[in-house]
This record gives sequence, structure tokens and C-alpha cells, in this order.
Amino acid sequence: MVGITSVGIYVPTYRLSRDEIAKAWGTRSLGGEKAVANCDEDSVTMAVAAVLDCLSGNQERIDGLSFATTTAPYKEKQGAAIVAAAVDLVRESRTADCTNSLRAATTAMNAAIDSVSSGSARNVVVTASDCRIGAPKGDFEMELGDGAAAVIIGSSDVIASVEGTYSVFDEFTGVWRSDEDTFVRSAEQRFVNTEGYVRTVQEAVSGLMEKYKLTPKEFSKAVFYAPDAKSHANLARSLGFDPKTQVQDTLFNTIGNTGAAAPMIMLAGALEKASPGDRILLASYGDGSDVFIFNVTENIDKIQCRPSLKECLARKKYINYVKYASWRGLIEIEASRRPSPPTPAAPCLWRERESILTLYGVKCRNCGTVQYPPARVCTTCQAKDNFEKYKFSDKRGQIFTYSIDYLAVTSDPPGINAVIDFDGGGRMQCELTDCTPEDIGIGIPVEMTFRQLYQSGGIHNYFWKARPIK
Amino acid sequence: MESIKDKVAIVGMGCTNFGERWDKSVGDLMVDAAYEAFDDAGIEPKDIQAAWVGTVFSGLTAITLAPLQLQYIPMTRVENMCATGSEALRAAAYAVAAGVCDIALAVGVEKLKDSGQTGVLGPRVVGTSSIGNSGIEPNYSAPASFAYLASRYFHDYGIDPGEGKKLLAQIAVKNHYNGSLTPKAHYRQEITMEQVVNAPIVSWPLGIFDCCGVSDGSAAAIVVRADMAKKFRPDPIYIKALSICVGANQGKMRQDYDFTHIEENVRASRMAYNEAGIKDPRQELSIAEVHDCFTIHEMIIYEDLGWSPRGRAKEDIEAGTFTLRGELPVNTDGGLKCFGHPLGASGLRMMYEVYKQLQGKAGPRQLKNPQLGLTHNLGGTSGAGICSCCIVGNQKS
Repeated sequence: MVGITSVGIYVPTYRLSRDEIAKAWGTRSLGGEKAVANCDEDSVTMAVAAVLDCLSGNQERIDGLSFATTTAPYKEKQGAAIVAAAVDLVRESRTADCTNSLRAATTAMNAAIDSVSSGSARNVVVTASDCRIGAPKGDFEMELGDGAAAVIIGSSDVIASVEGTYSVFDEFTGVWRSDEDTFVRSAEQRFVNTEGYVRTVQEAVSGLMEKYKLTPKEFSKAVFYAPDAKSHANLARSLGFDPKTQVQDTLFNTIGNTGAAAPMIMLAGALEKASPGDRILLASYGDGSDVFIFNVTENIDKIQCRPSLKECLARKKYINYVKYASWRGLIEIEASRRPSPPTPAAPCLWRERESILTLYGVKCRNCGTVQYPPARVCTTCQAKDNFEKYKFSDKRGQIFTYSIDYLAVTSDPPGINAVIDFDGGGRMQCELTDCTPEDIGIGIPVEMTFRQLYQSGGIHNYFWKARPIK
Repeated sequence: MESIKDKVAIVGMGCTNFGERWDKSVGDLMVDAAYEAFDDAGIEPKDIQAAWVGTVFSGLTAITLAPLQLQYIPMTRVENMCATGSEALRAAAYAVAAGVCDIALAVGVEKLKDSGQTGVLGPRVVGTSSIGNSGIEPNYSAPASFAYLASRYFHDYGIDPGEGKKLLAQIAVKNHYNGSLTPKAHYRQEITMEQVVNAPIVSWPLGIFDCCGVSDGSAAAIVVRADMAKKFRPDPIYIKALSICVGANQGKMRQDYDFTHIEENVRASRMAYNEAGIKDPRQELSIAEVHDCFTIHEMIIYEDLGWSPRGRAKEDIEAGTFTLRGELPVNTDGGLKCFGHPLGASGLRMMYEVYKQLQGKAGPRQLKNPQLGLTHNLGGTSGAGICSCCIVGNQKS
């Protein structure tokens, strides 16, 4: 039996209400709100958060990771390798990027399922993450949201087994972005949604039903990617699913259309409430459609693997339109009159990769002192070369002291930085993120989160920041 | 281990006006400071047998000294962040004490305003950070690293932040008053408590008037063997102690670093008191020039250097202990706050004030019969510091 063994979700903290967008432009609001990645987040950082959520320790059993997105930070440099390094997978893992299509997540899931079924891998993490931008004043700006999810595909302790799959490809110019485009482009909406989305997903789902001799009423839940609420409703109805009882919430009005991540985030939502014996349909869309049948097993009740979409959605703060626009680089703001950080030297980045990407420090075997960064001579007892590796990224801590720094170079001033004391030992000076000065004080508990520090020389420099624990 | 006490004397000093010296280059400032020192010592440049230049950002090698046209003598550039000026003095003094030269020059110089940037730069080695690593690290400013002391001090000693800011403001007001009496200082206006407390925040809880000036400037000292000193002038100033203490990032790594005191300050000052034979610094010191890069640091220095009891600097601040007419005047020339802080020059500028005071040449700031003075510099940050203390006196012991 091959299927999903764990699920993780990550939704950024911030929300932009559609009323705010409408107010900025004097246009009509679609109602609801969308999730907005912080200026220090991107598809890679969100994927790391989602993968850590579904891993909950036990990285050693993972031997593959696929990163699915349409908004990869690099055109040439594997995002999956960065994610794998940050979440601390073993080196002999098979990493792969799956990009350029809204159905990248399900493409990657199919590959993982085939891989585990054939025995070429045992446990493969598939993570989907997107951070697409719609042109200002347009529909996409209202609709698109940011988010990520991750599943582990394996063959032991499966919570939702794969009963069947079906795919169609479709060469269709509906929604696209060239390698130079910042904004998602679209052909005429009604055409795209009827001839593209609805027709294609109908075809794929019908094909699946016929292949496996199933009818809509044999499914507890139907999870469909949705470009918008109306098309989604049309599709569901045309296929014969009951919108009230069967169709999974698209989260369109709570986080927006999260692109490649959407099918997986919605699936996570379905699994959060599923019971053993439920049959779930999943259909993606983008240059075709991948459809899956999942059977929920009793393991879903036994194992601590249920994602908490509810918690992710509850954690939110609102921003205004100007902040959103400056975070996404839509408005170029006056540069701070401080030097730009230099491009880090590649040899240094490589030498320090474990302490930078995975936040490894060391623990002295002689006196037990935990310290960061890794050292050869202990800060407490001066013992030399007598350490074991010690990971900080999964540790919690508290603020020992801090400042609200108006002089620090940051995309979103003021910078908030602090000295963090970790539970179990060790201390680090950190930038804080996803918070305002009101959230900060001595003793506030924090957790670590993987973020982008800055870009220079075309390189995205990632590191960890601290975030107050909700 | 031997002591430096009374082995070396300062016989000449110079100091430029500090401030926004747009029209002066690094060389121009050094020439002004060094030639004032030559005149003060009554010597010619060719009498200098070895020279050290201290600068953090304004020159990479000893060739920085080329504008002085010292011909083919031993010269070295030294750097120890904000303690650089004191480092140049140490180097020159030790060379003279070692007997390898009789007359040495120490020059400190910095042109921070040439950076074209706001505030002080972090030091950079090409492509990487100041310690040669990748430079991937949290972004924070110099004020933030001292603000950490304020946040923690207020917390540990139960001081309401509003009251804390007022306490720090008194230090800024004191230094501005002193600066108003100092012709060479960058900032010479008096300010009020209200101005300080209501100033825009730079890095909470520190506001603009809690932060020292970003300035250009140069200062110089000429040192000779103590037994030769009276040949140059009747009132040489004798070096009693030169200490330095450097941390190893303890504050950034160890949970037992409390951020309400700076260990480097404590140890360097004790080393200096020891070397100089000082038992009760508050009584025995006549004047101190300390590293008030931020008002909170000056307050903590009062405790770290053993003048106020731990946690009770407030009482001395309110009693005016460290004002110009107080028991132990601190920063009589306005300190870093008003004189300004061109990093490489500051240690020597501090010495310049102590030197002039001990010779009775401090004009409106003159203290009554001073005999022993201390300079104190801290380079780096609150969690990782380089502290240098120098003690001088106008009497041989």
C-alpha cells in the first residue's frame, strides 16, 4: 500500500483584505482576504516551513524531496536542494524541482508514488509552494494568495492510500508567465475557465471514474483546484458533486488562490477532518489535469500527523495595500543610505552551509556547553576539537534582550533584533520576523523560521530568524 | 611581568577640529594633528624614529602615513575597532619602553563622513564579514547592540523605560554642556532633557541624542622615554598604565552574559588600576574620558569601572558626581557624544583632553589641580568587545 503518511501546511502570517485592494484602486472588492508572504519569504522558505511541519523529526527516513512551484527563486539552481539542506535530509536523497505548471504538485506526487511503488525510494517528501503576483489593479491581484504544503509519500503507516490515478495533458494558452514576466498573464477569463479549466478537469475526472468504475456519491470529499469560486462551482456541479457536503473549501476567501500549492493545501484541509474509510478525490489543473483517489485508513486517527489548517488560518495579522506593494517590489522605495550587503564569498557560504542553512551549532563533549556558531575551541572550558553537532533550528527560546532598530538595513523597517536564549542551552543574536514592536519584550518565547535575508549578485541568501510563538 | 608605569611620557599632542570635514582628506587631517604635536613637543618631523597610524576604515597599510613624509622609518597601521587610537598609543609607548626607539609618534585618523552613508559602517573584509566569514548574519546596527544593554538594565533593575530614558538624558545633557565649552568639538550646542527624551528613536530605547556624533578627525601623540621627557618640556605627562582586554564573543554565545555590564570594561580597568597602583579609582582619578558611544554605555561604564556600585549609577547621575564640577568629572570635553567619534582618532583625542587638563591648559573646562587621568575605549559591541584603558599622570610616582 502506497500513499500519504504525513501532511504539513504553511500559510504566511499576513493577510491583505480585498476591500483594502479595492479601496486602493477604487475598484469592486471580491470580498474576503488573501494570504501574503512577508518580504523575507519566498517559495523556498514557505516550502521549508511546510516540510518541517510534516516531518516532525525523523528526517533520516526520508530519501527523496520534490519541490513543486511556478515561482522558483532561480531558473538555474535547484530549489529542492536548498529545502533539503534546510530541513536536514541525508545527503543521499533524491532531490528534484518540478516547475512551470500549476499542476506541478500533483506531477511531483505521481512521480513520488511511482518511485515508492517501484521501490526506488522509501519515503519521498513532496512540497508545493507558490508566491505568484497579479498585476496591480487587476483580477489576479485580488485572487492570488501565497502558501505551501507538503506530504510524505511512503508505504508504511499510510494515512491515505492511493487507490487510483488518471492524467490528461492539455496544450492550452490560458494562464501563463514567460521567463521575463513578473505578473501572471491570462487570456480572456470566460474562455480560459470554460474551455480550459472546466473542460479539462471534467475530462480527467470522468476518465478516472470510468477507469475505476466509480460515481460521485462514492466519494466523501472532492478536492478541486479552483481559479475562482464560480468556475469551481460550475465544475463541481457539472460532475455531480454536492457543493454542501462533498466539495472541499477552496479557501479562496481566506487565503486566496495559492497556485501550485492549492491542490495540496486543500487536500490537507480534507485530511484534517477525514475519517477512516473516507474516499477523497483530488484534481489539479494546469496544462492538463492529474486526478487521484485516496482512501483514508485508520492510521489517520492513530498517528499524530493531522495537519492543522485551522491553526494556520487562525494565525493572522493584517497589512495595508502599500505594505503589500512594497513587499512584492511593486513600488520601488528609497534605498536606505547604508551600504548594500556585499555578495557573500562562495567558499565561505559552502564552508558554513550547515550553520547557515540548517542552523547547526555544537555541544561540547567535555563540559556540555551548547554554542553557536560551530567552533573548534569551547567558549566555556576551552576544550579543543571535542564537540558533537547540535541543531538549533528546531529549538525554542526566549528573548533575553532586544532593540527596535531604525538604522538596520531591512526591507520593512524598523528592524527588530534580539539576543535569544535557547531552551536546553545556547544563545544567538537573531533578527525577529512576523512581528511588530508591540509583540516583543524580555521573556517572550520564540521559535526559529527559515527566511531570505537579502539578495545580492543574483544570489538569494537564506538564514534563520526568530518569530514569537503564538 | 613588568609594568609600564613611569617608563614612557607624552611630550606632545595634537588634535584637529572634529566634525564634518568635507574639505579635508585623511592626509590633511593627519598633517594638522601631527604638526600640532611636533610644535607642542618642540621637535621636527625628522626626529620621529617610529610611527603608528590607527584607523579602522580610512587606510589599509602604513602607507596611509605618506602625507606626513616621514622618511623611511618603521611604521605600522594598527586597528582595534573603536579602541584603535589607544592601540596606536600602546604600540608607540611599548616600542619606546622596549628601548628600540627614543621618540615615537602615534596618529589616529578617521574620515567617517567620506563613506556617503548614514551612521557607522560595519567593518568589511572584501567579500566577507569583519571576521572573514560569509557575512550571513542578523542585520543590526551599532546602536541596537548597545540598546540591548538598556533594555536589559531597565528590566533587571526595575526601571520604567520612560524613567530610564530620562536618566540617560542627563548624561547627554552633561556632555553637551561640556561640549559647549570645547572649541574643537563637533557639536557645541547645549541641549535640554526634553529634547533628548523626545528625540526620534534610532534604536529603541535610544534616540538621536543618546548616540554619539559620526565625525571626521585626527589626533596625535609623541612619546619618549620618561627619563628624557624633561628635555622636551617641563610638564611631560607620564603613562601609568596601558591595558587592553578582548572578549571572544561571550555575549553572543553564553547565556551567563547578563547585558547589564560589560566584562571587558571591568577587566581592562582593573588591569590598568593594578598597573598604575590605584586602589580607589573614584577618589584617586581626577578626570576620566570614557567611551560614551551611547548614553547607556556611559552609565554602565560608571559601574563597570568601579565608580558607582552595581545597579546604582542612577544615584551618582542624579547627584552630579560625574559633571564638570563633580567629584569625578567624566568627558569634560563633551565625550564621543559632542566631540564626535572618528573611530581611529578617538582614543588619542581622549588622551588629548586628559593631557591638556593635567597641564592646566583646558581653558573654561579646566579642573582644579588634576593629577591622574584615565581614558577608556570600547570597540566592538556589547557582546563582543575590545576594551582599552590608559592611565596617565603629571607626576612621576
